[in-house]
Amino acid sequence: MQAQSEIGYNSKIEGDVVVTTVDAALNWFRKNSVWPMPMGLACCAIELMAVGASRFDISRFGSEVMRFSPRQADCMIVAGTVTYKMALSVKRIWDQMPEPKWCIAMGACASTGGMYRSYAVLQGVDRIIPVDIYISGCPPRPEAVLDALMKLQDKISKQPVIENLTITNLKKEAV
Amino acid sequence: MTSVEAAKKLKAKFGDLISEPLEFRGEASVTLTDAEKIAEVCLYAKNDLDFNYLVDISSLDNYGDDPRWTLIYHLRGLNNGCEVRIRTDVSEEKSKVPSVLSIWTTANWHEREVYDMMGIHFKGHPDLRRILMWEGYPYFPLRKDFPLAGKESELPGIAFTRITPMEGGPFVTVAGGNSAQSREPRIRIPETDSLETMSRLERRKEIQEAHGHPKGPGPIEKK
Repeated sequence: MQAQSEIGYNSKIEGDVVVTTVDAALNWFRKNSVWPMPMGLACCAIELMAVGASRFDISRFGSEVMRFSPRQADCMIVAGTVTYKMALSVKRIWDQMPEPKWCIAMGACASTGGMYRSYAVLQGVDRIIPVDIYISGCPPRPEAVLDALMKLQDKISKQPVIENLTITNLKKEAV
Repeated sequence: MTSVEAAKKLKAKFGDLISEPLEFRGEASVTLTDAEKIAEVCLYAKNDLDFNYLVDISSLDNYGDDPRWTLIYHLRGLNNGCEVRIRTDVSEEKSKVPSVLSIWTTANWHEREVYDMMGIHFKGHPDLRRILMWEGYPYFPLRKDFPLAGKESELPGIAFTRITPMEGGPFVTVAGGNSAQSREPRIRIPETDSLETMSRLERRKEIQEAHGHPKGPGPIEKK
């Protein structure tokens, strides 16, 4: 005999009310669907691909939707060496990303220029865009990228949302 | 035909312009005394000696010597397996040689690279732009009088460069340490090493200037 199961909303089981704050709820939405913008500039991008593939599987953290359009992305992962020739393009793509947005500097080059102490390489992407998480390694292991993502999720879950909304700011100004 | 025989044919054709060929592991090198003749020599090498492939054009900066530049054309015959290098000197005042683009089209990018890095011009090149650096970058970075750390430059909306710190950080060896251990950058402790602390403070200052907050990488407050 087939076991009967109800598909969908079951008021007997799920009817309980969950009490939370708007901030917590919104942050919960945000942190579990961080859409990355893969700014792959060197060998770190290869490791970034591994993070997206089945063995490491970034979709466990809700970030499998790699967006190649900055307008649909939440988190720029700068993976690789940022040369001065590329620097302003990176900045421009960052500026095109809508708020709220975050940035992960993946690997030694993106964080500090790495071993490229030369006339052609920007010494850390934090000189042009604000970085939330730095990952060490040359290149970092995929696990390190996932760890960075978890740390970013922690950070997102603690950020005030309502306070930062434009509409509440406008109200404050009116008062 | 071996490489040396090919080089000897070049010498037979151009006489005193071409030096006696030097042989090294089956490859030959000759020196051309007049850089103005490089296109003629190359045309002969391609048409009559079957050097159908220009492997590379490399340039040297003999800083402090005259003539300052040396150009080396690496020629290969894919059918006969010969390899001949033609060296030629160019003075700094002149800094100009005839282009070999009409002989091998691949010379287009080779010559652009030499121009980009050394600032040597090529007469008759149809599109002598920079190839690695951007148009408007004011220096030629492979010259010996250009520092590795670079120089400041600004081209609003296109690119900028800053001087790179050459000390501190996990990738730079400390010169002059007594043991391999004291030179090793990876075992330095950021909180106690003054070189590390200084470079981090420097970074924070720059980040403060760029973003208005000092949140840079790593802690430096701990002792």
